[in-house]
Amino acid sequence: MNADANTRRHIDWSGRSLELLSLPLLVLIWQIASLLVNSRFLPSPWAVMQRVGELASDGHLVDDFAKTLVRAFAGFVIAMTLGCLIGIALGRIRNLDRLFAPWVVVGLNIPAIVVAIMCYIWLGLTDVALVLAVVINKTPLVVTTLREGVRSLSPDYDELARTYRMPRGRYLRLVLVPQLMPFVLAAARTGLSLVWKMVLVFEVLGSDGGVGFRVGVFFQFFDMGGILAYTVCFFVVVMGLEYGGLRPIERKVLRWRKDRI
Amino acid sequence: MAQGPDLNLDLRRLRFGGTDLFRDLRLNVPAGQVVAVLGPSGVGKTTLLRVISGAERQFDGTALVGGQPAHMAPMPGYVFQDARLLPWLEAGQNLRAVAPGISTARIEELLASVNLAGQSGAFPHALSGGMQRRLALARALCVNPGLLLLDEPFVSLDRTIVRELQALFRAVFAAGNPTVVIISHDPEDAARLADRAVLLDGRPARIVADIPLPGPAHARGDATILELTEMIRRTGTEVTP
Repeated sequence: MNADANTRRHIDWSGRSLELLSLPLLVLIWQIASLLVNSRFLPSPWAVMQRVGELASDGHLVDDFAKTLVRAFAGFVIAMTLGCLIGIALGRIRNLDRLFAPWVVVGLNIPAIVVAIMCYIWLGLTDVALVLAVVINKTPLVVTTLREGVRSLSPDYDELARTYRMPRGRYLRLVLVPQLMPFVLAAARTGLSLVWKMVLVFEVLGSDGGVGFRVGVFFQFFDMGGILAYTVCFFVVVMGLEYGGLRPIERKVLRWRKDRI
Repeated sequence: MAQGPDLNLDLRRLRFGGTDLFRDLRLNVPAGQVVAVLGPSGVGKTTLLRVISGAERQFDGTALVGGQPAHMAPMPGYVFQDARLLPWLEAGQNLRAVAPGISTARIEELLASVNLAGQSGAFPHALSGGMQRRLALARALCVNPGLLLLDEPFVSLDRTIVRELQALFRAVFAAGNPTVVIISHDPEDAARLADRAVLLDGRPARIVADIPLPGPAHARGDATILELTEMIRRTGTEVTP
């Protein structure tokens, strides 16, 4: 048993060391690659960090990230809320699912860029159009995940709730929601990464600011340093949300699971 | 534990899987009696228990618990075939899930009574199979039930844990005067715990034997238990076509 524990600890430690080495390794490869190719195409990590400093001091960087974060957050929250409600309804009501399942398939497969262009044509180059396009693209994914979650609900727990005369509120809080939480979290995780990418592409397509807009401007001037500076900052924000938001929530909500995250 | 209610079942028809599971099945259980329902797998024992609990309502006929329709009667204590604990809740929270008003002291007391003292903060997966069953029993007891429904409470447990649980059940039955229905396929469970054994067989299921068991269950010695087990088994063989 002790030997097992020691082995497990050793494996844990090795895994953590590898995780810690991962990013420095990437930076090292980047540095080596920047020495091998023209610095105009691939500036060194240090040059990019200096560019981050310049962009931050002129105010663009913060403004652009604020705009993108607000758009992504709005799209994410609305899509998650709508997707959860619709997914639960489709999972629970068979006829509703029969009627709307093809819509979900259409929603899953329609190209994101087409939706964005249509929204921009209908509503103009506005934040509302951008957020709506994100919502239309993201919601079907949440619906599909939650519908599967509802289908996998255990009838045994329903029977338990019925036998012990649980009122609706307690049933939802203690029986239904905890069973759906792994699916909600899975939808949130995949959703967040998708929403980022969509917001950036849509900002390139048409907006008055934001990370995607600025990257589009840098592209027009072949400014690789600017593009990489925004990419690095973007990565820092995403990692901050992952390790400061999603993972702690997952750990708290799913702490009852044996296979902890 | 609250005084047990009487049970009056008159199931004119209950269908399951396209056939009649019960037709004109009548069973009356006086208040405070411990009755063991025995029969082969698939005969409808668990469905019968679900009818008594009020969870199953799709049938013609009546199921009265203390004179009230089963689903409107006070909540029974139900021990399912699997422990059926909510895995995302700690042991104490599993009790509180069915009895929100229960005090922490009462939870500790109940857990101690099923030999789970100090386990209030443990998640079900951290408990052994036997401990999970005992926790399920504590959950059934925490609603202060007059009616205790036990569905194959000893299935797939090793002999030591079965003996331990049976002793626990006897103590629980003796402490109050609940009406108890135990579902089992093992006549020995009836011989050890029950005042009466009801044998079900056939489809639609019918009561093929109704055997009163002499003396209080807790006073039966090993020889008596062995004798009663054999008698129930023999009766079952004789009456089954």
